[in-house]
Amino acid sequence: MNKQMTGIGASSKRREDVRFLTGKGQYTDDINRHGQLYAHFVRSEVAHGKITKLDASAAAAAPGVAHVFTSKDFEGVGGVPCGWLITDKNGEPMKEPKHPILAEGKVRHVGDPIAVVVAETLAQARDAAELIDLEIEELPAVIDMREALKGGVAVHDEAPDNLCYDWEFVAENKAAVDEAIARAAHVTTLELVNNRLVANPMEPRCAIGEYDRAGDQHTLYTTSQNPHVIRLLMGAFVLGIPEHKLRVVAPDVGGGFGTKIYHYAEEAFVTFAAKKLNKPVKWTASRSEAFMSDAQGRDHVTKVELALDADNNFTALRCLTHANMGAYLSTFAPCIPTWLHGTLLAGNYRTPLIFTNVKAVFTNTVPVDAYRGAGRPEATYQLERVIDKAARELGVSPIALRKQNFIKPDQFPYQTPVAVVYDTGDYDATMDKVVEMADLAGFDARKAEAKSRGKLRGLGFAHYIEACGIAPSSLVGALGARAGLYEAATVRVNPTGSVSVFTGSHSHGQGHETTFAQVVSDMLGIPEDQIDIVHGDTNRVPFGMGTYGSRSLAVGGSAIVKSVEKIVSKARKIAAHLLEASEADITFEDGQFKVAGTDRAKAFGEIALAAYVPHQYPIEEIEPGLEETSFYDPKNFTYPSGGYACEVEVDPETGVVKVCAFHAADDFGNLVNPMIVEGQIHGGVAQGIGQAMLEHCTFDADGQPQAGSYMDYAMPRAADMPMVNIDSSCVTPCTHNPLGVKGCGEAGAIGSPPAFVNAVIDALAERGVTHIDMPLTPQAVWKAIHGASAVAAE
Amino acid sequence: MYAFDYVKPASVADAVKALSAEDAQPISGGQTLIPTLKQRLGQPSALVDLTKIADLVGIEAGSDSVLVKGATTHAAVAAHEGVMQAIPGLAKLAAHIGDPQVRNRGTIGGSVANNDPAACYPAAVLGLGATVLTDRREIAADDYFQGMFTTALEEGEIVTGVRFPIPEKSAYAKFVQPASRFALTGVYAAKLKGGVRVAVTGASESGVFRWAEAEAALASNWSPEAVETLAAPAADGMIGDIHGAPDYRAHLVKVMTKRAVAAA
Repeated sequence: MNKQMTGIGASSKRREDVRFLTGKGQYTDDINRHGQLYAHFVRSEVAHGKITKLDASAAAAAPGVAHVFTSKDFEGVGGVPCGWLITDKNGEPMKEPKHPILAEGKVRHVGDPIAVVVAETLAQARDAAELIDLEIEELPAVIDMREALKGGVAVHDEAPDNLCYDWEFVAENKAAVDEAIARAAHVTTLELVNNRLVANPMEPRCAIGEYDRAGDQHTLYTTSQNPHVIRLLMGAFVLGIPEHKLRVVAPDVGGGFGTKIYHYAEEAFVTFAAKKLNKPVKWTASRSEAFMSDAQGRDHVTKVELALDADNNFTALRCLTHANMGAYLSTFAPCIPTWLHGTLLAGNYRTPLIFTNVKAVFTNTVPVDAYRGAGRPEATYQLERVIDKAARELGVSPIALRKQNFIKPDQFPYQTPVAVVYDTGDYDATMDKVVEMADLAGFDARKAEAKSRGKLRGLGFAHYIEACGIAPSSLVGALGARAGLYEAATVRVNPTGSVSVFTGSHSHGQGHETTFAQVVSDMLGIPEDQIDIVHGDTNRVPFGMGTYGSRSLAVGGSAIVKSVEKIVSKARKIAAHLLEASEADITFEDGQFKVAGTDRAKAFGEIALAAYVPHQYPIEEIEPGLEETSFYDPKNFTYPSGGYACEVEVDPETGVVKVCAFHAADDFGNLVNPMIVEGQIHGGVAQGIGQAMLEHCTFDADGQPQAGSYMDYAMPRAADMPMVNIDSSCVTPCTHNPLGVKGCGEAGAIGSPPAFVNAVIDALAERGVTHIDMPLTPQAVWKAIHGASAVAAE
Repeated sequence: MYAFDYVKPASVADAVKALSAEDAQPISGGQTLIPTLKQRLGQPSALVDLTKIADLVGIEAGSDSVLVKGATTHAAVAAHEGVMQAIPGLAKLAAHIGDPQVRNRGTIGGSVANNDPAACYPAAVLGLGATVLTDRREIAADDYFQGMFTTALEEGEIVTGVRFPIPEKSAYAKFVQPASRFALTGVYAAKLKGGVRVAVTGASESGVFRWAEAEAALASNWSPEAVETLAAPAADGMIGDIHGAPDYRAHLVKVMTKRAVAAA
């Protein structure tokens, strides 16, 4: 680890924590506008039904009520748009039914908004909502994806068999994969579920709409990871407001995990209502509303087959997945099981032939979209589980089997059979590192000691690949994205030498204000506290695409680097003039422009002042001022990778799993702030273990959520987690961005579920258990042990 | 939540009087009641706060019994020297209810009056054969619990305290529901002068109950091994939900009974 005190490589303390930890954060709900009204959403209590009566006259006449909105108010207004088009195996576009702001005659999931009461107080709005005369004729609900595909009950008339798309990739490989599997020496098959999750950011969603009639200006304050994307989607596709009349502000945001990427109906609602009522309108989700209106994550059901030759080389992989879309297409939902999932199925391996078929299905459930990792955890989980199972079936070490099939360091850049090209990596290094960290050699003794206490101990490994950055634009455009996915940054040097950085990335827990300042400090040789990072307001920052896909440093940071490079280049010209030297003779180091080989120098601050007070200035050649903007569109995704190990103890009497140790050896390329990277791994691993052991968003046959609050939805707690042992010393820098960085935000959540499940299966192998679907709750583990011993007894 | 009056009586008599108003409801910590009201699932005319009545707060540890007054918080029971010495199993149980916020608000009277089928206290009250004291009478534990959320309390009757006999040995073993951390199955096992009692919470659709077979086996041989030889109670009538099917809960009754005996 780099021990220097500031700049790139330093574990600078997070400057934003001062306000977060002292209650001075400014979240959307902390904002109150003069005269604001409060919106209360009336939501469907049934999963599927026809609205047969909706009479709001009594509610509209109730005390304090400004207006009760129903779908009638939104005639001529667009639905919530989908930002990604998938083309199916027959070349047809996906089914894209309208997602109205408020239900138009039909409700399609519990929580689907039907009407909104806007009143002077929230209590008045809730009181009035009870006066709405609403009748719904309940229809049978489709919940299970395979049942849904049989047709009979359609979530949308446009998709009678509930199929959104049927996608094949790589279609040309299908026959070859079938043939390779047919003639393989060994085929390992695994059917598994990637369980549905509720994102649960600490801060529930909130939106405030405001309208200034004098200037015809709309403002939306919202809990978003990407305010410009919201402005584009809502302005252009829903409400028809041009960019210059619409400002979107995403202030401090208390966690996103993906679910705050999307444009939601509530945002369009408050913006629309504020103009209609000519007063600010505020809506804050209750936690219960978050459970039924925030886009959820995962929910894949998959059959995966891995073919091996007689020497245990992987020869082919076939993956058939059903992906739940929920009742409507959320903003990026269609791309998650396809381009963020199918393209990662090579993993870290040389598997030459890969084919996947993904059927995306509509059901009467809450919409599903990206959640920390988004598609890549699903790919990694099935791959790392099936490889572990293959090793067990073949009686070989799961570590050795992985290493035998790894792409080797001298094979980069590596063209996978699933479109993407990995630029760099050293998977043997991270695997070896994690094996060492996990003390594999001492495991047998630990297992024996656990056995003496009646516990079953297991050690599981996994290795992941990730594709981060979600760019270049040309590539994602070819794959169906309806947006560019670059990032933008403006660097403004102020006259006295301090610097304001305006970034299109959005920080909602990542610590950008610290990390980005470190980068600029390092490049300009000025202290970090001279640098301010501004984000989250479309009126202040250049058009940016926001934060998701572990992209902020790799893409947003690169845009900042490009702008700083332009600043330095211009400053060098000014310095050459002031120092009466040739530009070629000017060096820039530690904040000083020097004439090489002399002691003549100008500090960065002096150049800044000269740029703004251009008395003795090359005005003929250079404009005054020192401010530069860059848009950075990378050449490729970045590909972090890493080896994870998890050690568990199972209590066979109760099925309780205790996580005894967790080790992470990651290759994130270069690190800017190792402490923040460690924090990201801790958080990611906690979410991964949460998915694998605790969290489960399920619906009963009628579509009622069975875990609609924290009484039943089990979040990981501190006591569920071991201290995570983290190493990021294996570094193969990214070859195509200026910082050589890869991104670390999602890795923990991607690599940990398979490591955890592999560990539990390792512990239970002696009881004949070969697989348990996530989450591995005490009951699930007990039933697996119980079932396996019952089978053994027969 | 809907609007209601907040009443803060200074005596039990005043509280009883205030509760005679139509739709008035007692609040004694509110750890179940407040979330219910926030969801607009109840509409009391008034909440009568019992926690400010001096007579209802405190613990008296005697030579053969411990009295915990009705509005005493779980945290106070958990930290009480006398309880820790006389009935360590009870102090430990109180120390693991909910989280610190719940333990510093929730009270024994509130818990016992509500009789949530997954609450911890009912297991101790029934398992120790305690007596529930009210503003008008004393009710033996065996007569008090009458099924999920159902007790022998009359309309407007207030739990003023619970008197626990001091056992020779006792302990509570709780298997937590992973989300709520209520008892998915909790067992209070006690060896008393009058015999052995085993009470189970969290498992049954009929609320807290005594496991007679285990009591019989432990009466002749107070040891985990005595439980080991028993069949688990019937799964029929056990609660089934996403966290535990009836057969899993029935199995846990046996495992937790063993562990309670071992810990006592």
